[in-house]
Amino acid sequence: MANAFSNLPGRAQFAAAGAGLAVQNRFASDGSKGKVANTLFLALMLLALTVAITAIVAILAWAFVEGRTRLDGDLIFNGPSTVNRATAGYSVAILGTLQIIGGVIALIIPLGAGAALYLEQFADKTKWWNRVIELNIQNLAGVPSIVFGILGLAFFVRGPFSWGLVAAAGSATVALLVLPTVILASREAIKAVPPSILEGSLALGATRWQAVWRQVLPAAAPGMLTGVILAVSRAIGEAAPLLLVGALTFVTFAPNFFDGGYSALPVLIYNYAGRPQEEFQILAAAGVLLMLAVLIVINSFAIWLRARSERSW
Amino acid sequence: MSSSVMSERSSSLRTLRSDNPRYGEKAIFAFLFFTAAVSVAVTTAIVLALFQPLPGFFAEISIVEFFTATEWSPGYARPIYGVWPIVVGTMIVVVTALLVAIPLGLLSAIYLSEYAPNAVRKTIKPVLEILEGIPTVATGLFAFFWLRPFLEYMTPWLPWGGLFSTGVAGIAVGLIIVPLIASVADDAMRSVPRALREGAYALGASRLRVALQVVVPAAFSGIIAAFVLGASRAVGETMIVLLVAGAGSPTLNFNPFEGVQTMTAYIASRATGEIAVGSLVYDTIFAVGALLFLITLAMNMIAIRFVARFREVYE
Amino acid sequence: MNVPIGEESVPNEVFTLKDVSVYYGNNLAVQNVNLPVYENQITALIGPSGCGKSTILRSLNRMNDLIPSAKVTGEVLYHGQDVYGSDVDPVQVRKVIGMVFQKPNPFPKSIYENIAFGPKTLGMKGNMDDIVEEALVGAALWDEVKDRLKDNAFGMSGGQQQRLCIARAIAVKPDVILMDEPCSALDPVSTFKIEDLMNELKSDYTIVIVTHNMQQAARVADRTAFFTVASDDEAGSRVGVLVEHDNTDKIFSSPANQKTLDYVTGRFG
Repeated sequence: MANAFSNLPGRAQFAAAGAGLAVQNRFASDGSKGKVANTLFLALMLLALTVAITAIVAILAWAFVEGRTRLDGDLIFNGPSTVNRATAGYSVAILGTLQIIGGVIALIIPLGAGAALYLEQFADKTKWWNRVIELNIQNLAGVPSIVFGILGLAFFVRGPFSWGLVAAAGSATVALLVLPTVILASREAIKAVPPSILEGSLALGATRWQAVWRQVLPAAAPGMLTGVILAVSRAIGEAAPLLLVGALTFVTFAPNFFDGGYSALPVLIYNYAGRPQEEFQILAAAGVLLMLAVLIVINSFAIWLRARSERSW
Repeated sequence: MSSSVMSERSSSLRTLRSDNPRYGEKAIFAFLFFTAAVSVAVTTAIVLALFQPLPGFFAEISIVEFFTATEWSPGYARPIYGVWPIVVGTMIVVVTALLVAIPLGLLSAIYLSEYAPNAVRKTIKPVLEILEGIPTVATGLFAFFWLRPFLEYMTPWLPWGGLFSTGVAGIAVGLIIVPLIASVADDAMRSVPRALREGAYALGASRLRVALQVVVPAAFSGIIAAFVLGASRAVGETMIVLLVAGAGSPTLNFNPFEGVQTMTAYIASRATGEIAVGSLVYDTIFAVGALLFLITLAMNMIAIRFVARFREVYE
Repeated sequence: MNVPIGEESVPNEVFTLKDVSVYYGNNLAVQNVNLPVYENQITALIGPSGCGKSTILRSLNRMNDLIPSAKVTGEVLYHGQDVYGSDVDPVQVRKVIGMVFQKPNPFPKSIYENIAFGPKTLGMKGNMDDIVEEALVGAALWDEVKDRLKDNAFGMSGGQQQRLCIARAIAVKPDVILMDEPCSALDPVSTFKIEDLMNELKSDYTIVIVTHNMQQAARVADRTAFFTVASDDEAGSRVGVLVEHDNTDKIFSSPANQKTLDYVTGRFG
């Protein structure tokens, strides 16, 4: 019997052949049974992906079919109204969202960039408090958004800041919610800058801050900006925490940042959707379309920015 | 040129002591530390906000009642403060969500990691993330106005009741956590060293066998971490369950075909309702919030442990 | 130290290393180095891999500070001052002792901005255009790039990038230029150009170069220091040690130590 083990003495041949077969069986490959299993599994995986992608399409399609009749100027320029149902719009909520996002950006850029720079370039990684800070940020990224709403309620609406149910409270609450992801994304951007850039700067006699501010930060800036944009994109769609800090009130006039009631786009959508009249349900779907349109624009910009900054070092 | 260089040098000459105390930079360092410390302040604030009202709350409500009674009726004439009904609501949502998201997410991850050519992978990953990026109020509306009626239409023989369905909420939540599970599991599988795969291929194993019998077991801790993170996200979801699972009833209900309130939905509806600040009923917001926070904290720490264990082995 | 003009004199000692050892954590990397470096000369540190040449080089301008576990003992004297003294500012050290790295590392900016970064950051006075031009002339790069100063530095060839890095280093008018295997990533033609440049530069600067390439040391260096690895088989540790240092021609023709002779004649290494 000529086989791979012919040069071994008798008993050893058996043992070797047996061992070989055992291993082969473990990974017994394509007989016809194997081929069928492979194809079936591939089909299953592609089915899974299809289901996920179909869900996306279904959501978009539903919003479009349901809301397309209200894609008009009134949607953006008219304020909310319970009386003029057919022409009610989101103007107040759009302004509210703009104010909230303005505040969010103003907070997350210095706080996010600062924390990321500190952790990546200035912190002594052996000191325990720096590890506590890192772990803390990781944990905050997983806290449910509604808990941030409770934080906002206790600290910004009441408590130490006591601003009341105003847009500033909503803005600060959402800013803190997205801050951990901004810090994490900024850290990645800073880490991606080759250390030779920092070394080269220091070797010229620059201080650490000079090297970071003039070389590392500009090199990391596109990546950090992308992180900020993605955080803003998330902030626009957040409704849960805002419910707790006063955005649910049905406001019909333009908000003032520190004074008076306010609303936000996703919250007003939720508000309209909860009303029984069909016009409001259509309006809710149209609001969804509006929100999605804004998000598509913002995310496309972020993708473009990311592609543009993909330079070869 | 050499003489100008020499004279410039002799004037600056070569003192190695610092020529300026750089107070500005010290201030900048302090500012940077402050920004990093803000995160610690936020956590402290969250903990304070959640736990500070609790001693007062549990002075009035027996903690035993809170954790053992099976009726949750804080606003009622004869209120009972047993938290289980809303915990059960959350559980139904999470279990359903995982039943949907684990197969979809894991299969997608195996495809992306072991089968997809690079160009396909680079297109599909961002597309999947859209599912996660759609605002949850939109997904919730879709689930309420279309998904639920559609499912009821397709399966009229199932015991659908009323307008709300916790199971459908779970399905919707499951859909939005698919990208999370897929991406963490995919990262875990891609970290498995090529040598392991190549050894199996060299023995004649098919791609299916390598994926299921080599890579998945090797990436197991990372994959479990993905599931736990997904579950944690599902526990914390608010808008979808508000819209689709509704307000339920005060007593225990395990029926996914009916509306059962979750912890998050309770907090949202209580905080937007008409109650007196500082009252006992108002303080349930913090009690439930604290419980929610602890549950997600525990889940996240478990996930981090799994990831750490995974990294230990392979990095 | 001022040298009276017109007299036959011993050159100034720019660096004096006294019993310098470098540790990474608990590992001794280089042990007990005693070495002088003289002004306006090129001093080469040669030896096999892992013998600590780069470590010693980087301790001259305190670049080892960037590694948290690194510790330097002994004295690194620069014109009599200990570079590691308690009142010494590492930033100041690096202003007067510059460095060029093994892999060219231009900033992701224009050629002009690469050169201008040092002078601007250090607050040097003067017309920036002139400073940039002077530096590029000094690095024998001006003619090649004078028409494209605004171009991105990454568009240059490896050899040009390395000369850019040299120009960048001399733009801040240091006293010393340290070079860590500056030609090992370059082609022979670029290497030759840079060796030429080094010969020109030494009249204005003191140069210390680490090189893997013995022939390079023989070509450019006035003095050469030979390092090797001493392994302690019992403890299983490998430590870098300085074997000997002398004028280059002596090292290569009749060194005092047998190990040096073995290395330079290619019997090992």
